[in-house]
Amino acid sequence: MAEAAIELIGINKSFGAVRANRDINLEIARGTIHGIVGENGAGKSTLMSILYGFYQADSGEIRVNGKPAAIKSSNDAIATGIGMVHQHFMLVDNFTVLENIILGAESDALLKSSIAKARSELERLEREYGLEVEPDAIIEELPVGLQQRVEILKALYRGAEILILDEPTGVLTPAEADHLFRILRQLKDQGKTIVLITHKLREIMAITDSVSVMRQGTMVATRETKQTTVEELAELMVGRRVLLRVEKGEAKAGEVKLSVKNLVVKDQRGVTMVDDVSFDVRAGEIVGIAGVAGNGQSELLEAISGIRKAVSGSVTLDGRPIDLTGAADPGELRQRGLAHVPEDRHHVGLVLAFEENENSILGYHNDKRYLKGPLLDVDAIMADAKDKIEKYDIRPANPRLRTANFSGGNQQKIVLAREIEQDPGVLIVGQPTRGVDVGAIEFIHKRLIAMRDQGKAVLLVSVELDEIRSLSDRILVMFAGRVVGERGPEASEGELGLLMAGVEQKEAAE
Amino acid sequence: MSTPYAKLPAWADYGLIPLINLAVAFIVAGLVVLLVGENPFRAAVILVEGAFGRGQGIAYTLFYATNFIFTGLAVAVAMHAGLFNIGGEGQAYVAGLGVGLVCLALDRVVPWYVTFPFAIAGAAVFGAAWAFVPAYLQARRGSHIVITTIMFNMIAASLMIYVLRDILKPEAMQEVKTRMLEAGAQLPRLNWIIELFGTAKIRSAPFNVSFLLALVMAYLVWLLIWRTKLGYEIRTFGFSQKAARYAGISEVRVTIIAMLISGALAGMMSINAIMGDQHSVYVDLAGGAGFIGIAVALMGRAHPVGIILASILFGMLYQGGAELSFEMPAISRDMIVIIQGLVILFAGALEHMFRPYIQTLFASISPKSVGLAAVKGEGA
Repeated sequence: MAEAAIELIGINKSFGAVRANRDINLEIARGTIHGIVGENGAGKSTLMSILYGFYQADSGEIRVNGKPAAIKSSNDAIATGIGMVHQHFMLVDNFTVLENIILGAESDALLKSSIAKARSELERLEREYGLEVEPDAIIEELPVGLQQRVEILKALYRGAEILILDEPTGVLTPAEADHLFRILRQLKDQGKTIVLITHKLREIMAITDSVSVMRQGTMVATRETKQTTVEELAELMVGRRVLLRVEKGEAKAGEVKLSVKNLVVKDQRGVTMVDDVSFDVRAGEIVGIAGVAGNGQSELLEAISGIRKAVSGSVTLDGRPIDLTGAADPGELRQRGLAHVPEDRHHVGLVLAFEENENSILGYHNDKRYLKGPLLDVDAIMADAKDKIEKYDIRPANPRLRTANFSGGNQQKIVLAREIEQDPGVLIVGQPTRGVDVGAIEFIHKRLIAMRDQGKAVLLVSVELDEIRSLSDRILVMFAGRVVGERGPEASEGELGLLMAGVEQKEAAE
Repeated sequence: MSTPYAKLPAWADYGLIPLINLAVAFIVAGLVVLLVGENPFRAAVILVEGAFGRGQGIAYTLFYATNFIFTGLAVAVAMHAGLFNIGGEGQAYVAGLGVGLVCLALDRVVPWYVTFPFAIAGAAVFGAAWAFVPAYLQARRGSHIVITTIMFNMIAASLMIYVLRDILKPEAMQEVKTRMLEAGAQLPRLNWIIELFGTAKIRSAPFNVSFLLALVMAYLVWLLIWRTKLGYEIRTFGFSQKAARYAGISEVRVTIIAMLISGALAGMMSINAIMGDQHSVYVDLAGGAGFIGIAVALMGRAHPVGIILASILFGMLYQGGAELSFEMPAISRDMIVIIQGLVILFAGALEHMFRPYIQTLFASISPKSVGLAAVKGEGA
């Protein structure tokens, strides 16, 4: 093994009473790509934040290139040659690429000389690593994949030898992700060390040399990637065996439950987000909508569920139209059997400050079951909440606990329990497993399949292509507000990826 | 990690932290007293004795507290809907007109207990009406309710002076106020309750039946917010407008109803001033209680029990403060306002300043009390 670029020895970090990192030991060899996987809240981000100087460890030692390093701020991290590409880019949107790159690293009081110097340096970096970006382009006009490249260039410009990437592929199309991996390999060949934080095990297998697994604040294992499997890593992350692909039988599609015709939806700024979209969802099938985030899927879901006005088009539920002028009351749609698990459970699907039992009636609070005259029937609500907690194995099993204190997976189960237990005819689901741990993903997927098998119509929107492919009976791909193609579940990832990237249908078929 | 800090047991959250905040406020206030060359300990003793030492003082403290309970509840109801009603002052003032009209019509005809329910209705209707316009503008036009309610305080002040001076004031009266209200509009005093505890005879304190009305309203507000469907909708909307929209809760309806209730509650403050104390409708009858209500609601965590306790605290500062400026000439009326301001600063605005330290402390003493045992079992 080559010399260690980073050594973490006995790192501990607590937030109040929560021990986010306990006794972490980690050695990352120079010139390798090292993956760190773990469920949400396992402590990956905390550990990397310590390495990058956002947090100070309570105890433990960091060594960079064999020498102890005191990293008290991100400036110290940069000085020791550590660069970080954040999940949410830290770029100034209305600055040019060049301006963003020198931001904070201006060498002079006057910008002119800095810019001239930066331009030649940037050209060298771009040549060396194959990271082409137009230096004078404005950031907000660049696609996400290129913005990420700017982030990488920013780190390299500051002399980073060690590059940390936090969930870098979350916002990328499969093709863009592939391109990113090629760049990372090239960086590795040039002797850079790369730390990749992700929850996508397939990516780990595809690109890393070694991988470490974190669980509940501890480092449970480190493996050579070649000598491990996705199944083993998943088991290490969760602490028990998990099924990664749901078993399901043939769909028995029945009558049309939900029908969308020529739907057009605009956002607040008046930009057309959903452009002439038509499709049907039948009883007993799951229709998946694939697409890179921000291509109109969110607006589509909101329009169908009555949260957002549509400009034109029609939506019918069981043959009866839904009022799309903005007068559609989500409460009324629920009574008609349309349940909605929204994409953003933190702000839309749940009120985090509420107790669990209060959230278990959100949207159904007009239901007579939960009312006693003008008052809420607290006993009935509590009994109902306990019932759901048991059925969905929501932990901790305490209906009085504040919703914010549940983990992501359990929060999602609260939403699912609420919506599914109303026995709706149509279920629309947005990003059902975003930020949800592997164990809960399995549970949620099984539930959705069970809904389908009971003859419900399920509309699923997800940016996780794997999820779409493993659950859907039909796949629609959205790009720039339009449905650009329909495929069966057997469609290859490459084919769907091309559609998601907006490559015309005909070309994709060829 | 969205909430890296563990939660605290309820008694620490609602008892210990406000107490610490209060203690710090008094320590800083003590330093101010020291600065003007007086003994802060003696000042504290005078303050507390002035407020609670004699029956007379207690009666005054509770009289002031009555005002603050009404306005505090008003701010709290709006706060639960995510609305910052700064207009309690104006709503209470204008409601005085509603109470006044009822009283002027009935005080010579019927006994007080007949006038009382009508006066409550008059206060509620006028207070709610004064809150309706800002509420409507916020719900339908997006005009910010903080700005409009402040402006409506100004309008209320001018309107009431016009109405009192040019319409309601009897010709012969020197002062700008209505004629004196007679027995049918005078609420019975409750001083005898305090005397039951063996204090000396209370001669002239205006502690009256509207205190009981305030307690009833506190209970009704609790019932409304935590036990009714409307309260559920108000809280949902207050925490997350997006979640409310998702749940089919009408933004316009909740905004307007919450503000109407808020205005009605603020309006009831004027009953205490008019029927309980001055027996006339007079200039500036709200006397700043609308603003104190904001501090009271913040300090009481928008919970009726907290609001009652915070109101009594501010009643104490009012009554004890008056005694203090009387006993210690170096401490002027303005100094009292400084002390009140410090309490608001530490208990309201800086409410969360000491929280992280206390949480760390709790965690090191007893991890279980902050919910750590629960977190562990939270696997999938």
